[in-house]
Amino acid sequence: MNIKKLTIAGFGAVAALSGLVTTEALAQNEQFIPMLVYRTGPYAPSGIPVANGFRDYYTLVNNRDGGINGVKIAFEECETQYNTKLGVECYEKLKNSGPTGASLFNPYSTGITYQLIPKASVDKVPILSMGYGQTAAADGRVFEWVFNFPTTYWSQASGFVRYVAQQEGGIDKLKGKKIVHVYHNSAYGKEANPTLEALAEKYGFELTLLAVDHPGQEQKATWLQIRRLRPDWIFMSGWGVMNQVAIKEAAAIQFPMDHFVGNWWSGSDADVVPAGPAAAGYKSATFHGAGDQYAIHKDIIKYVYNGDYAKAKENNLGEVLYNRGVVNAMFGVEAIRTAMNKFGNKPITGEQVRWGLENLNVTDARLEQLGMKGFTRPVQVSCADHETGGPIIIQQWNGKEFNMVSEWIPTMRDVVRPMIEQTAAEYAKENNIQPRSCT
Amino acid sequence: MFYREAGQFKTSYQSDQAILPIPQDRWFLFAVLLIAYVVIPTTTSEYMLQAVLIPFLVFAMAAIGLNLLLGYAGQLSLGTGGFMAVGAYMTYKMTTAWPDMNIIVVFMLSGLCAAGVGIIFGIPSLRIKGFYLAVATLAAQFFLSWMFNKVAWFYNYNPSGTITAPPRTMFGHIITGPEATAETRYMVALILVTVFALIAKNLVRGRVGRSWMAIRDMDIAAEIIGFKPYQTKLLAFAISSFYCGIAGAMTLFLWLGSVETEAFAINISFQVLFMVIIGGLGSILGSFLGAAFITLVPVLLTNTPHLLGVQMATDLQKHLEVMIFGGLIIFFLIVEPHGFARLWQIAKEKLRRWPFPY
Repeated sequence: MNIKKLTIAGFGAVAALSGLVTTEALAQNEQFIPMLVYRTGPYAPSGIPVANGFRDYYTLVNNRDGGINGVKIAFEECETQYNTKLGVECYEKLKNSGPTGASLFNPYSTGITYQLIPKASVDKVPILSMGYGQTAAADGRVFEWVFNFPTTYWSQASGFVRYVAQQEGGIDKLKGKKIVHVYHNSAYGKEANPTLEALAEKYGFELTLLAVDHPGQEQKATWLQIRRLRPDWIFMSGWGVMNQVAIKEAAAIQFPMDHFVGNWWSGSDADVVPAGPAAAGYKSATFHGAGDQYAIHKDIIKYVYNGDYAKAKENNLGEVLYNRGVVNAMFGVEAIRTAMNKFGNKPITGEQVRWGLENLNVTDARLEQLGMKGFTRPVQVSCADHETGGPIIIQQWNGKEFNMVSEWIPTMRDVVRPMIEQTAAEYAKENNIQPRSCT
Repeated sequence: MFYREAGQFKTSYQSDQAILPIPQDRWFLFAVLLIAYVVIPTTTSEYMLQAVLIPFLVFAMAAIGLNLLLGYAGQLSLGTGGFMAVGAYMTYKMTTAWPDMNIIVVFMLSGLCAAGVGIIFGIPSLRIKGFYLAVATLAAQFFLSWMFNKVAWFYNYNPSGTITAPPRTMFGHIITGPEATAETRYMVALILVTVFALIAKNLVRGRVGRSWMAIRDMDIAAEIIGFKPYQTKLLAFAISSFYCGIAGAMTLFLWLGSVETEAFAINISFQVLFMVIIGGLGSILGSFLGAAFITLVPVLLTNTPHLLGVQMATDLQKHLEVMIFGGLIIFFLIVEPHGFARLWQIAKEKLRRWPFPY
């Protein structure tokens, strides 16, 4: 048989095999949670710690508590490479897995979230885009199936402005200050712009918007402009490799690092370590604690890694994005628990998880039971408010680790909420959605 | 034995000029169409339709477009993604401005817009050739994606710059938007691709296609025998961009449902180019085979460990997939540098002599 025949035969075999693609059957008494992860590609440095955080928390719940209210969690990873098309493929593949279908999706990409929002209501699978995705989804009357608590990009931007005001010595001192927003030129990076623009008008600071194109390895032109502008503060919405490059460039033009504040996707260990000592002083917003000194981490070391601290550290334990994965997984699990308390301790459907998300009430006492007191803030979701507009906190890199350097800073609900409602109303009109009543 | 033309006589010009003069080929095509139109929509899972077959159809459309330009007219273009973006954004603009207009009409109009843009970026082809032209069309790619990102009018001033396909109906069925079923969207895409593949096939068999091939093979000779390079090349750019524009509109309305410019980035242009090269330059069938290879094989590879019941780390699996896929591309190009269309032809030759090869 010569090689051409072999090729033809091989081609035929591939074509025949492609008809057999199916998904495997899972045990009948498990709660299935799909995981969209990116452990490869240009965004892997950010994606790996998040994915490990999720995985470890689910494993912890299974090993320590025997599952959620006794129902074991089954989870399956699907690689998206932070690519929206692959993300949609993963969603289609996983949405009907498990005995009751997917509980909820955590896309971990604003681009993928935008893709899934219209599909969620049709497939009856809720989406928890924790602190990312479409900000307007905070209006639960229009976006019934999407949740973005504990806080959103717009709230975060307003929190940043309030922080600047605190540092400058009062909200009236903002007048005439120059603030630059360096952002990833994508749906994600653009999110904060409308809020910053509105606040610039309200408080009279000068706002300059500078876009950095995907993936952000080349930023010389942007930072040349910043050098010319000499801004008082820089706010950054970056992701992946863009963050470390920006921090290096800022160091190169000797911009004072403590006036350079990233959003919560621009403040993880992978962003600051490559810039070396020059990164010391860099700040970023966040909504949960950093480090591995909380009770939850001790549990993870004990139940997931059998006390092997070094192995846990290898798996990013205590890194900012790892912790975010843990917090996110916790909110998802608590929502499922809330739903189980109503619908019974058996595998529940996406529709029931949605109810759980909407009636989620994680109190301070509950956080203490979970070993997360002080790690993150209590959250109470409602029908109309899927965001809760929670406060942000500023962390600073001292060259070795992130430390909290501010109090919890309340966001400007009075500015942000009307903007959310207006954008949601426009979305509803464009897509023929009848907003539901929440009274 | 089964595949032999002996004894088949053509008795009219019409039968001699048929696209598929051999009845066996015709039956085969009818069987494929029957499977595509009847069997697949009734038996296939939503995942297969949404994640495999619809992207395949979208890319087949784009590959046909690029094949007309590159395979038939010999003009190398790296602007495919940009032209697809024109199709998607113009469809979005038009259907949000005039919601009552039939969505297929909107598709055609935005195809025309893409054709117009294609003509503009095709103008350099009159002066430059080959790799130099590739660089000029690369400008189209970057300019267009920059423009759709920068000018807020194109995405109706929404804060994220993402465009979303609104629901549109035809004959009482919702064919776009989240409520449209995968089956409906698949059928609409299939009808579009069938019709436009037929048009393309007839274009390249007729006067227009021959003028393109004359220009491709030797433009000076073509000019001497009376083809105007100016019109011929620009027509190739226009028609090719029209196809790409429709493919872009399909991407937004029938496949993804919402996109940002990232969905039409430079790697899409390369992907479509590889489809054309691997499938076979100057072959409509090759466009389908190339699109099938590039869209189906990665999905198949992703699912293989699952099928075999092998537990594997997600990142390892992805890296393996990329490596095997790259290896396959190299393997096929070494075995058959003229692409799958040529392999298909060889297979048919063999079949003709089977079971007594000599």
